[in-house]
Amino acid sequence: MAIGLFKDGIEPGRLAPAEYADNFSDLHPPLDKHEALVEADRCYFCYDAPCMQACPTSIDIPMFIRQIATGNPLGSAKTIFDQNILGGMCARVCPTETLCEEACVREKAEGKPVQIGRLQRYATDEAMEQGKQFYTRAEKSGRKVAIVGAGPAGLAAAHRLTSYGHDVTIFEAKPKSGGLNEYGIAAYKSTHDFAQAEVDYVTAIGGIEIEHGKALGRDIHLGELSEQYDAVFLGMGLAGVNALRAEGEDALGVTDAVDFIAELRQSTNLSRLPVGRRIVVIGGGMTAIDAAVQSKLLGAQDVTICYRRGQEDMNASEFEQDLATANGVVIRHWIQPKRVLIENGKVSGIELEYTVMRGGKLTGTGETLVLPADQVFKAIGQQFDANALNGSRPKIALEKGRIKVDSEGRTSVKNVWAGGDCVADAREDLTVAAVAAGRDAAESINRFLKA
Amino acid sequence: MADIRNNFVGIKSPNPFWLASAPPTDKAYNVVRAFKAGWGGVVWKTLGEEGPPVVNVNGPRYGAIWGADRRLLGLNNIELITDRQLQLNLQEIKQVKKDWPDRALVVSLMVPCVEESWKAILPVVEETEADGIELNFGCPHGMSERGMGAAVGQVPEYIEMVVRWCKANTRMPVITKLTPNITDVRRPARAAFAGGTDAVSLINTINSITSVNLDTFSPEPSIDGKGSHGGYCGPAVKPIALNMVAEIARDPETAGLPISGIGGVTTWRDAAEFLALGAGNVQVCTAAMTYGFKIVQEMIAGLENWMDEKGHQTLDDVCGRATKNVTDWQYLNLNYIAKAHIDQEACIKCGRCYIACEDTSHQAITSSVNGVRHFEVMEDECVGCNLCVNVCPVENCITMVPLAAGVLDQRTGKTVSPEYANWTTHPNNPMSKQAAE
Ligand SMILES: Cc1cc2nc3c(=O)[nH]c(=O)nc-3n(C[C@H](O)[C@H](O)[C@H](O)COP(=O)(O)OP(=O)(O)OC[C@H]3O[C@@H](n4cnc5c(N)ncnc54)[C@H](O)[C@@H]3O)c2cc1C
Ligand SMILES: Cc1cc2nc3c(=O)[nH]c(=O)nc-3n(C[C@H](O)[C@H](O)[C@H](O)COP(=O)(O)O)c2cc1C
Ligand code: SF4
Ligand code: SF4
Ligand code: SF4
Repeated sequence: MAIGLFKDGIEPGRLAPAEYADNFSDLHPPLDKHEALVEADRCYFCYDAPCMQACPTSIDIPMFIRQIATGNPLGSAKTIFDQNILGGMCARVCPTETLCEEACVREKAEGKPVQIGRLQRYATDEAMEQGKQFYTRAEKSGRKVAIVGAGPAGLAAAHRLTSYGHDVTIFEAKPKSGGLNEYGIAAYKSTHDFAQAEVDYVTAIGGIEIEHGKALGRDIHLGELSEQYDAVFLGMGLAGVNALRAEGEDALGVTDAVDFIAELRQSTNLSRLPVGRRIVVIGGGMTAIDAAVQSKLLGAQDVTICYRRGQEDMNASEFEQDLATANGVVIRHWIQPKRVLIENGKVSGIELEYTVMRGGKLTGTGETLVLPADQVFKAIGQQFDANALNGSRPKIALEKGRIKVDSEGRTSVKNVWAGGDCVADAREDLTVAAVAAGRDAAESINRFLKA
Repeated sequence: MADIRNNFVGIKSPNPFWLASAPPTDKAYNVVRAFKAGWGGVVWKTLGEEGPPVVNVNGPRYGAIWGADRRLLGLNNIELITDRQLQLNLQEIKQVKKDWPDRALVVSLMVPCVEESWKAILPVVEETEADGIELNFGCPHGMSERGMGAAVGQVPEYIEMVVRWCKANTRMPVITKLTPNITDVRRPARAAFAGGTDAVSLINTINSITSVNLDTFSPEPSIDGKGSHGGYCGPAVKPIALNMVAEIARDPETAGLPISGIGGVTTWRDAAEFLALGAGNVQVCTAAMTYGFKIVQEMIAGLENWMDEKGHQTLDDVCGRATKNVTDWQYLNLNYIAKAHIDQEACIKCGRCYIACEDTSHQAITSSVNGVRHFEVMEDECVGCNLCVNVCPVENCITMVPLAAGVLDQRTGKTVSPEYANWTTHPNNPMSKQAAE
């Protein structure tokens, strides 16, 4: 029986069983064939299409949409996968409103872009449901590449490398592949265990070995890898979490939002997942939104996102912000955490300070307020855990706390490449950007191996 | 308020919108619904001679092509003339005319090409008090193989002969419906005129195969794996019909011959265009078959509104107004120079104009300026072909702007002449040279 929204504390089973399924169903449900055809007909087949330029993986969007419109969804899927082998996941999780769909000329024309993401899902779903594989491995090159991390960057790199005939071994710290696709993306964006289905689809090409439970810096070391393999690709994401730097942040009930989400994503029975009655989420990005919305969907009564700057500074897109408010989340701006209030060893609230911009610098005004809370999520960004690189000889150069790479993804070490969230580059921290980085690094590695 | 009452060869109707002879006019039930919806008149579905009626196929009889969002652009059919008993049709025609005296009711006819057959049917039609007859010389399939329909319509001598028989044997006005499946539509029109027809109506449907089923390799519509050509109609045929109407309207040999315009009329605009090119009224089939009879209300309101806006009081103010502007290519003014112009405010930057001009026209549009996506016409390259206007998805975003006389045409480096000059006198024309020598 549901215990309801009003019970204090961090408790499971706030909702009736059926409500969980409802709340965590597809955020953007798939288009059926008719819907896909109607939508595909809206595309103008633009020249040097703005949508395509805005796609970090440069998918030929007008072409794949035209292929849907002309009754060739498999050809469409191939057009997508040619550029982005994780096109299925990207179709679900890309913030299209700030990428392709923002650039779509019909956004300018009518404020209603072509629904590129949903069309991409239509085509890729079709191919994956049919188990259609478009790629085969080239003749074996006899070269071996080690990849660290089976997230989007690692998987994209692996697929491209094996297609060139190189043997790939992925070392993955976690028990499952997929990276944040499996452990981080909001549940309503990746339903029905899609992340694992996609890993299977990508690795079905062959030549990709994944060793789970193998962490770089613990079980394996970069020095060995770079000696034993012809090339190494690091796609380790961001394993560390930024500190709140607020008093009391170690109290019971203060949790990293990414850990909460990972637990949620791995839960096989959401009614057993405990969630607070009053929740405060600190942060302004996608993680903050996801933690807040999913808490709400688990039955939390009051969820407030507190962000220390203004609305326009939030990393979460307008669509994401609207999604949160539509789900009853309150977003407050210009307040920063000061102190976690504790009663009986548990969180009872959080004291926050108002902020302003003074002389181009964010400063606290000194004035504070208190929000009652039985759970506080920290969503103020992840950081790269450079400890994992222990033992690299010579030492890998870092930049802004992440791995330094050139435009091809080469690190400072001769046969080591890196890409995705773990590097300092111009790309955003997005699934699709990680795919692009992995793919491009694989091209660079291939050129290196064939030279 | 504009007066859109129509008087076509003495047949009066409250508006110029008639339903063409086709399934929408096959029986009293449909025609009464049409009149209730507001149609000004109907041409009853073509009647054949007394005896066992024709039979239709029992499988699909329509094929189609579509535009974006599956909007029907062209329809094709392999239907024949009415497959109902002659007597039943005649009874219904009589009753409907009695109940709807203010509407036009014309009866379409197709009987074998012998005078007795026409002599037999004309009196029984007259007896219904119908307003007139339309001779179906157009049906391109099924009937033509039996020596009727297009088989008559493609031979001007037969047309003249049959029209003459009809004029001799009935007091009713005779409208001759022409087939477009010929090379020069003026020939059959002249023949009908010579035979004494009161009017021509056109076009009937165009021979066509709309598609091929790529699983079975049968043309569509497919009857047990086989298909035959059918008659094409709907929005896609409008340009062909407009041209044929104009050809007849401006032919001095048939001057004054009334025309009922048919083919792809879907909106009030289409109708107004037919009228402007010389049609006295219009007939509609596919649009009604696509959207139902209610569309006539849009046509009526739209036509009235346009006429009010432009100050046209009656249909006579509109009819034939564009005819004199239809000319032959050789008389077009070669000193008229226009350049495409892009309204940057309206432009949504799809780049279609650029790629069309770049790949297939005159490389006259930029794709970027100073590294920024920007589409602009380079006047020194633009030949004014209008392709970009036609591929731009935003209406009126690209317009053709004429150069004023005296202005420099940057493409040719010559100033625009105020004089009219056409091909017949152009120095590159070998014929004009010959004449000069
Ligand atoms: C909560 C949350 C929600 C998000 N939502 C979206 C979204 O909706 N849309 C979007 O586009 N992006 C979203 N992102 C961002 C996106 O998930 C990342 O940008 C993307 O996953 C980065 O891919 P990656 O391959 O670089 O890293 P990851 O996905 O983080 O994968 C890294 C992999 O490396 C493994 N690893 C780490 N360290 C080691 C080690 N030492 N040894 C071996 N293996 C190791 C990890 O276990 C993991 O499997 C979200 C991120 C978060 C945190
Ligand atoms: C199914 C169908 C049956 C038709 N039958 C006849 C007919 O019996 N007699 C006739 O004169 N025209 C017939 N036509 C032609 C129409 O009257 C009309 O000339 C033609 O469809 C073009 O007009 P539209 O583009 O408005 O449809 C038929 C058309 C269709 C679609
Ligand atoms: S910008 Fe929009 S309309 Fe143009 S190709 Fe891309 S999806 Fe199609
Ligand atoms: S009118 Fe023709 S030549 Fe001129 S810009 Fe347009 S497409 Fe090019
Ligand atoms: S086709 Fe029209 S909207 Fe598209 S770029 Fe050209 S002018 Fe702009």
